Amino acid sequence: MIPVTKSKTHALTGAQAVAHAMKQINPDVVSVFPITPQTEIMMQFSQFHADGLVETEIVRVESEHSSMSCCVGASAAGARAMTATSSAGLALMWEILGVASGLRLPIVMPIVNRALSAPINIHGDHSDAMGARDQGWLQIFSENAQEAYENTLLAVRLAEHKDVLLPVMVCQDGFITSHCVQNLNLFEDNVVKKFVGDYNPKKALLNTDDPVTYGPLQLQDYYFETQKQRADAILNSKKIYLELGKELSKVTGNNYPLFEEYKLKDADAVIVVMSSTAGNTKVVVDKLRKEGKKVGLLKPRLFRPFPYAEFGKALVGKKYVAVLDRAENYGANAPLFGEVKNALFDSVVCDENKNVPKLKSYIFGLGGRNIFESEIEDLFNLLLTGKFDETKVGYIGLRGEQK
Amino acid sequence: MKEIFEIRIHGRGGQGAKTAAQFIVEAALSKGKHIQSFPEYGPERAGAPMKAFARISDVEIRTYAPVVNPDVVIVIDHTLLDSVDVTEGLNDDGVLLVNSPLSSEEIRKKTKFNGKCMTVDATRIAIDAVGRNLPNTPMIGALIKATNCISMDDIEESINHKFLKKIGEEKTKATINAVKKAYEEVK
Repeated sequence: MIPVTKSKTHALTGAQAVAHAMKQINPDVVSVFPITPQTEIMMQFSQFHADGLVETEIVRVESEHSSMSCCVGASAAGARAMTATSSAGLALMWEILGVASGLRLPIVMPIVNRALSAPINIHGDHSDAMGARDQGWLQIFSENAQEAYENTLLAVRLAEHKDVLLPVMVCQDGFITSHCVQNLNLFEDNVVKKFVGDYNPKKALLNTDDPVTYGPLQLQDYYFETQKQRADAILNSKKIYLELGKELSKVTGNNYPLFEEYKLKDADAVIVVMSSTAGNTKVVVDKLRKEGKKVGLLKPRLFRPFPYAEFGKALVGKKYVAVLDRAENYGANAPLFGEVKNALFDSVVCDENKNVPKLKSYIFGLGGRNIFESEIEDLFNLLLTGKFDETKVGYIGLRGEQK
Repeated sequence: MKEIFEIRIHGRGGQGAKTAAQFIVEAALSKGKHIQSFPEYGPERAGAPMKAFARISDVEIRTYAPVVNPDVVIVIDHTLLDSVDVTEGLNDDGVLLVNSPLSSEEIRKKTKFNGKCMTVDATRIAIDAVGRNLPNTPMIGALIKATNCISMDDIEESINHKFLKKIGEEKTKATINAVKKAYEEVK
């Protein structure tokens, strides 16, 4: 699609793309824990800081727990606060993630999705973000560097919107996109800055003219009501995400749907997969379409809040659907699969005339294991036969497993 | 003709395979191409065999899978020929470029590769030019001679862009001269 505003194409990694977004956002405070599993996002952003290209106060902290705590403090004080993390770093933040969303602080955090230990591994999978998916943060997943860049810009407006006021994670695949040099269209600073705007917090701790308290004790008396407000806010954010996406479209020429439908309308066999693997899948869809096979892709973008009704509408009536998760969910349905199954149940209850697809869960790519186009092609061909055991979880690229 | 031109580079950790892949795609980007480059994400140990990949295309590149059927294989360290199957997935209409003092005939025999094979002593060229064993950039000169997939002017520009501030004018010039020398010498 042709960008509406001027842009220049660069050869940048996904991590550098997000660092450029942060440069254009120019946050008031950025906290950083500067060793592994930190990523090139912060390395590049620190370089911008050293070069005097941002006015941000960078706070180097002693752990990721402190990093998120620093963002919480800065955001409550009235600052636009950001940090970035990955893998074990996100896991260590867990306690404070809930504080950030519970205090309704619009922190934006790019995540480079990587595996969790043990065994020790920091390569690309979704275990980190899936472990944090129920902490009241919005989660947006990006297929490539361009999406990660643009989603980061969108995330700032979304987090700070008066009807949302919740923190947002912007995810991209560890190494696979974060370390891959690719085409990136950077939009002009003034256009991006105009879209992002200034942050004017309604209730800031440092505004002594309007004193407020953040983080008070709420026991049996009010805790429950406060939680309900947070739950309502995150549900409400879906609508705001779409509204702001339309506004950003005017700048970028790209669209920001809840999920992307790729040759889905008339597809018999559908793969549902997030992030970079959606790119691999599109290549296979194109190849098989040329052979006359009706295959398609559904790529989730907004994972929290999860758009159940829209998912159900898009998938109900399809013949065969495989949901590919890049994370385990020990003792339960895989994270994305579980959501898709819920969505389909709702749809069928609403419309008894519709058929439920034959639905199967697949796990792939844990710890950064590659997924090849040939494997995706085999899967589509298997789905089209309809001869697969949907009662068992399938594994792609795992030694000794049958699909 | 494949829609996407794919290059696989074999080297050892620390020999600059990743950087070479990046130079190649940056040069292609300046001609308005769609590009992609990334290393194989192993344990990143210095000296361990590793691969880097580059893709150049007129159409959008959407896959993130490693290159399986390369059009060109570049081997930065010829000692890898004994331990790694460098021609895996390389068809006979592809190109094999090896940094080696040996002739292309000898490499062909060693690898049993029947397609276009060329060699250049990039290690010697690098040591002569910059005083260090950095054969990654000279191998780009060999690539240009063998395939014309990028232009010498563009690679010069991307080396200048990356190195001028970092290592100064003299060393940057020496690096570019090494690329040109390999272009002349490869056969």
